[in-house]
Amino acid sequence: MGDKILTTEHLYAYYDQHCVLKDINMAIPKFKATAIMGPSGCGKTTLLRCFNRLHELSPGGRIEGKIRLRNTDLLSLNPIQVRRRIGMVFQRPNPFPTMSIYENVIAGYRLNGIKLSQNKADEIVEQALKKTALWDEVKDVLYRRGTFLSGGQQQRLCIARALAMNPEVLLLDEPTSALDPKATAHIEELIVGLKKSVTIVIVTHSIGQAGRVADYTAFLYLGELIEFGPTERLFTAPKDKRTEEYLSGKFG
Amino acid sequence: MIENYRKRKLVNTLMKGLVFFFTILSLVPLLFILFYLIKQGIGAINWEFLTHLPKPVGESGGGVFNAIVGTIILIVLSTLMAVPLGIGAGIYLAEVKAGKLAYLLRLGTDILQGTPSIVLGVIAYLWVVKPMKSFSALAGSVALAIMMLPMIVCSTEETLKLIPYSLKEAALALGVPYYRTILKVILPAGFSGILTGILLGIARIAGETAPLLFTAFGSPYLNLNPLKPISALPLVVFNYASSPYPDWWRQAWGASFVLTVMVLVFNLAAKIGTRKWEIKF
Ligand SMILES: Nc1ncnc2c1ncn2[C@@H]1O[C@H](COP(=O)(O)OP(=O)(O)OP(=O)(O)O)[C@@H](O)[C@H]1O
Ligand SMILES: [Mg+2]
Repeated sequence: MGDKILTTEHLYAYYDQHCVLKDINMAIPKFKATAIMGPSGCGKTTLLRCFNRLHELSPGGRIEGKIRLRNTDLLSLNPIQVRRRIGMVFQRPNPFPTMSIYENVIAGYRLNGIKLSQNKADEIVEQALKKTALWDEVKDVLYRRGTFLSGGQQQRLCIARALAMNPEVLLLDEPTSALDPKATAHIEELIVGLKKSVTIVIVTHSIGQAGRVADYTAFLYLGELIEFGPTERLFTAPKDKRTEEYLSGKFG
Repeated sequence: MIENYRKRKLVNTLMKGLVFFFTILSLVPLLFILFYLIKQGIGAINWEFLTHLPKPVGESGGGVFNAIVGTIILIVLSTLMAVPLGIGAGIYLAEVKAGKLAYLLRLGTDILQGTPSIVLGVIAYLWVVKPMKSFSALAGSVALAIMMLPMIVCSTEETLKLIPYSLKEAALALGVPYYRTILKVILPAGFSGILTGILLGIARIAGETAPLLFTAFGSPYLNLNPLKPISALPLVVFNYASSPYPDWWRQAWGASFVLTVMVLVFNLAAKIGTRKWEIKF
């Protein structure tokens, strides 16, 4: 499997007394795309939010067990630092409505009070927008509000915003569920291209999408990790009956 | 069937007529007040009225320049006091929602909202006038600020509650600390709503007389010192209108007119501001 960047050991996550992730043990490989699949409510979003320490901000949110980022204990790091190293893109595009496209991309620096020279900032914005194939579409309207863009463009803007921070891992929570097929294809293409420089973890409901973008796939069911392995193997020869049933559309 | 239809139509017309009648009826006093205010007020207003100090009894002419300046100073001071406190409390309520302090804060806000303004005047008298041994603009501003406070708290809380959680998450996920998220993302997103609350609060207090009677007290001179008694338009209206001199009655109308226009400007600004800076999510 090569180098691992994120590993969980006996990871449990709770909302108050309600246990939503049970004994998750998985190792996410570096510079690959890993898909997380499973029926609604099985804990996919919660798992992502454990990785970037957002889970503990939810009311009653609590984590037990271990998560390792490279060789350090992620849960003992400063959550602010963790979130700068592990970016996240949400289900619904959420650009900052008060900011221009340019400001949205550089927001991770500006909001954190990180000083940059104008040249450096311009460069970061251009790079990030080029990585998300948005540059040609918006380079003449950089100072318009980000909310004027189409849904698909907004989502790519949100990806650019996360990439501008140069994260080691990019978490994507159903990034295309609010988009049409064309915008979806665009984003999938982009994800495949991004793998060279950043590790991707993507939650998706679409088996097709997992097949197209993910090298590895994890199947979660009722808070448990049922199966984890190379996407092709998992899709063609699932070891667990529940994985097979899910893939054949028996539930989900 | 036809019979029934006719009857329904008749009742419908009758009801429509009634609603129309009552709408007009409730507008009549309003129009009457406006008409009267303009008719009586316009006559009193001229350049001298707006830019000169009052003359002693018996001399004709003179103006309310000191009262206009006084009202502006009172508004500025009370806004400076109420805005930071009110926004702070509003943020707390929107963020914390439950808990003992939030409960007390809400209770306090509700009570303040229902407190008669003259009582706030008494409180400012006890807190400021008595210890400092002098009526002052500061005391008046304290009374007005207390009066404005619940409006700002409520409008801030309501505005911030409407901001989607996803916006906060977007900032947090970039590693932005909580306090910066509030200051740099949430507050700017709620700017228009909060500003509207402040402007409506100002419009509300600008015409208050009762809290000023034994705090700002009034003064025939132009005063820029917040520690001295100061004049205000509502006080001029009160004093002049209850005087026995017809010339002062005329000036009371003029001052009422100026005050109404000021309040109207704040109300309009609130409407325009809301539209201009409204943020769509
Ligand atoms: N804020 C919360 N408070 C309490 N329980 C929650 C909260 N968010 C989620 N849950 C519960 O945790 C479980 C897992 O939720 P999660 O959002 O991780 O599921 P998911 O796999 O992402 O589902 P979906 O595919 O519908 O997005 C669900 O049973 C849900 O009811
Ligand atoms: Mg989810």
